[in-house]
Amino acid sequence: MLYFSKIKLFAIYFIIIFLSLFSLANFIDSKDNFILSKNINLGLDLQGGSYLLLEVDSKPIVNRNLQEKLLKLRKYLKKDKIKYQNLRLTDQSINFVIDENHLEKFEKYFLNKNNLINNYFNQYREYEMNYLVKNNKIKIEYSKFGLIELKNSTQDQSLEIVRRRIDEIGTNEPTIIKRGNDRILVELPGLDDPNRIKNLLGKTANLSFRLVSENEDDFGSEILSYEDDEEKLLISKRVIVSGDNLISAKPSFDNQNNQTTVNFSLDRVGSKKFGRVTTNNVGKRLAIVLDNKIISAPVIRDPIVGGNGVITGNFTFQSATDLALLLRAGALPAPLKIVEERTVGPDLGEDSIKAGAISLLIGFLLVIFYMFYKYRLLGIIADLALVTNLIILVGILTILEATLTLPGVAGIILTVGMAVDANVLIFERIKEEMKIEKSTIHAFDSGYKRAQSAVLDANITTFISSVILFLLGSGPVKGFAVTLGIGIITTLFSAYYFARHLSSIYAIKNKDKQIVL
Amino acid sequence: MIFKIPKDIKFSYLYKRINILSFILIFLSIIILSIKGLNLGVDFKGGTLIEIRTENINTNIGEIRQSLLKMDLGDVSVKKFGKEKDYLAKIEFTDIDDTNFIENIKEKLSSDLGTVVNFRRVENVGPKVSNELLNAGLLAISLSLAAMLFYIWIRFEWQFSLAAIIAIIHDVIITIGIFSLLSYEVNLSIVAAVLTIVGYSMNDTVVIFDRIRENLRKYSKISITEISEISINETLSRTLITSVTTLLALFSIYFLGGAILKGFSFAMIIGVIIGTFSSIFVATPILYYTKVNQKTVLKDDAENN
Repeated sequence: MLYFSKIKLFAIYFIIIFLSLFSLANFIDSKDNFILSKNINLGLDLQGGSYLLLEVDSKPIVNRNLQEKLLKLRKYLKKDKIKYQNLRLTDQSINFVIDENHLEKFEKYFLNKNNLINNYFNQYREYEMNYLVKNNKIKIEYSKFGLIELKNSTQDQSLEIVRRRIDEIGTNEPTIIKRGNDRILVELPGLDDPNRIKNLLGKTANLSFRLVSENEDDFGSEILSYEDDEEKLLISKRVIVSGDNLISAKPSFDNQNNQTTVNFSLDRVGSKKFGRVTTNNVGKRLAIVLDNKIISAPVIRDPIVGGNGVITGNFTFQSATDLALLLRAGALPAPLKIVEERTVGPDLGEDSIKAGAISLLIGFLLVIFYMFYKYRLLGIIADLALVTNLIILVGILTILEATLTLPGVAGIILTVGMAVDANVLIFERIKEEMKIEKSTIHAFDSGYKRAQSAVLDANITTFISSVILFLLGSGPVKGFAVTLGIGIITTLFSAYYFARHLSSIYAIKNKDKQIVL
Repeated sequence: MIFKIPKDIKFSYLYKRINILSFILIFLSIIILSIKGLNLGVDFKGGTLIEIRTENINTNIGEIRQSLLKMDLGDVSVKKFGKEKDYLAKIEFTDIDDTNFIENIKEKLSSDLGTVVNFRRVENVGPKVSNELLNAGLLAISLSLAAMLFYIWIRFEWQFSLAAIIAIIHDVIITIGIFSLLSYEVNLSIVAAVLTIVGYSMNDTVVIFDRIRENLRKYSKISITEISEISINETLSRTLITSVTTLLALFSIYFLGGAILKGFSFAMIIGVIIGTFSSIFVATPILYYTKVNQKTVLKDDAENN
C-alpha cells in the first residue's frame, strides 16, 4: 500500500493541481479563459432573490377546448343527420342523448383516427377523448393522455409567455424551467422586491375590445365591473378585437389631458375589424376589457381606421408601463397561481455568507488543531489532506458550476468534520498494527490495508443518504446534498491517495526509528 | 480527548441498564410526540413565514403580534430571531390568489408600528406544495432507511443489518422526540439533518461491526459478548475522535452560522451524540440477542465466495 508508481503519483498530483486551478478561478474575475470563467453560483438564499413556483390552472382551458369541440360536434351531428338532444357542456364533459339507431354511426365517426373532434395520438396509441354510453346518453371527456397532452402544451405556451414577461422587465439571469406537467419554476437572483413580477405573472392579460350594450344583442351580454371601482356596465359578449391582434403597445403621456395612456397598434386583420366597427358605431361606447375587468369605456368620437389607438384609464406611469408590457408579451393560455414563494433580501444573503464563512473557518481551525494535538506529525498529514480535500471539493463544485446554498455551506463544514474520519480510522489501525509489527513500514502498510473496508463502508452509507437527499430534496437542501456527496468522494481521494503518499514518505524516512503515535 | 481513553471498558455489564434507558427514552419520545406533536414549519404545514427587521429599537414582539392579528390571517406566531430588531413571524394563511398579499401585510405593519419595516425573507407555501414537500420528506427518510438496510445486508449478515436499522430508528425517534419536547420547528433542513444523522449513525455502527466481523473470523473460542467488547474497545478511540471533530464542526455552525442554520445544526448535534451512543449500546447488543457467532460470519463468507 505504500508503493506508488510514477504514473500514479503523476496522476494524483495532476488531479490535485488541476482542481486547485478551478477553485482559484472563483477568486479571479475573467470571462475569456475556459478555467477562469467558471464559478460556483451562489444560491438565492446567499445572494438574495426570489423563487416562485407557478401552477397552471388548466380547468378554464379544458372548458374552452370542450366548448370548441362541442360546436364542431354539433356541426357534424347536423351534417350527418344524427338525431340528438340536450347537447351541452357540464362538469368538464360534453353530454348529450343520441337516437339509438344512430349510435353506431356516431361511434364509427368518433373512433375514426382522422376525425376532427377526437385526435388520435400515435405515440401513446390512445385517443384524446374518452366516451361513455349509458342508456343512449353519451358523455365525452378528456382521456388521461388527452389531458397530459393538453397540460403539456399549455405549460409550454405559458412558459414562453412567462419568459417574455420576465425578459421585458430585464432582470438579471432568470431561471425559468418546467416542473412536472403543470408547474413553472422561476428563479430571479438579486431581485429585492418580487411584488411587481408577482403582479405581472398573476395576470392572464386577456385583452378585448367590446361594445357597451345598450340592449340585448345577438351575442348576449354580461355585466362586468371596473378594475378598481364598484361601477358596473353591461358589455356585449362579442369581441371586436382581442389582444392576439396587437402588434405593439407602449406607455405614453397625453399632454392635452395630462394623463398617462397606453398606445397600441393592431395588425392588418385587427385594423380592418376595428375600423369597420368604430365607423358603424360612432357615438357608442367601446369598452376595453382586461381579464374580465373594464379598464375604461370611452365614447367612440371618430372612426379609428389606421390601426393605431389609445387606451385611456386611471393609469399611473408604472401601471401603464406594466399594461403595455403585458400586452406586448401576450396573454397566458391559462391563469397562473403562485403556489410557493421564497424571497431572501440581499442584506440577509450577505449576512448568511459572512456567518457561513466564519463558521467554516472556525470549524476548520478547530478540527486542524485537534488533529495536530492528537496525532502530531501524522496529524499534520491529516490536516494537509483536509486542506487539499477542501480545495478539490471547491474545484469540483466549480467545474460543475454547482449552486452553493447556505445548507450547502453547512455540508462543507460537516465534510470538514467528517473527512478526518478516514484518516483517523487509518491512523488508529496503524497504531494497533504497530503493537504487533516490528517494522514501521509493515505497520503502515497493513494499517492502510486493514482499514480500507471500514473506511469504504462508513463513507458509502453517508453517500447513500446524500444521493437520496439530492433526488428528493428541493432548492437549498439539494445544495446540501451536493456538497456532502461530493465531499465524501474528495475525502476518499485525499485520504487514500494524497495522505497515503505523504504517510508513505514519512514511514520510509522513519523506518528505523521507533514512532510513537 | 484531553483525558486518556481507557482500553478495556466492560460494556456488557452496562448493556441491560442502558438498554432500559433507551426504551424509556423511546417510550417518552413517542408519548411526547403523540401529545405535543411536531412544530411543523411552513414548508410542511403551509402558510407564510416572514423574517422582519424593524428600524425602531423599541418595537416589541407584542406590537408585531397585535398588528398581525388585526389583519385576520389565522394563527400568528412571532418570535425573536437572531439579532436585536429581527423577528420571525409565522402566519397560518397564505393567499395565493392575491399577489399583493405580502405587500399589504408590509404596509399595514409599517403603519401600525410607526416605523420602517424590512422583510428580509419571505417564504410562502401553499397547502398543495406543503403536502408534497411533507410526503417527499417522509419518502426520503424511509428510502434512506431501506437503502441502509439493503447495503448492510449485502455487506454483512442479516443480524447486523437488523441491529443497525434498530439503532438508526432509535436515533431518529429520540431526535424527533427532543424536537417535539422543545417545540423546535421542523422544516426542510431538519429532514436533511435527519438523513445525515441516518448516514452518520450508520457510519459509526459499520466501523464497529466491521471490527466485530474481523474478530469473529479470527477467534473461534471467544464468545460474541467478549468479541464485541474487544471490538468496541479497539475502535473506541476512533469513535470518539470522529465524534469530537464532527461536533467541533457542528458547534461552529450552531454558534456562528447564523439563525437560519440553528435548527439544522442542533438536530445534527443531538443526532451525532445519540448516534455514537447507539452504535455502542444499541446496535452491538442486538448482535448477541440474535445469537451471532463465528458460524454466522463464516457461512456468509462461504456464500460470497
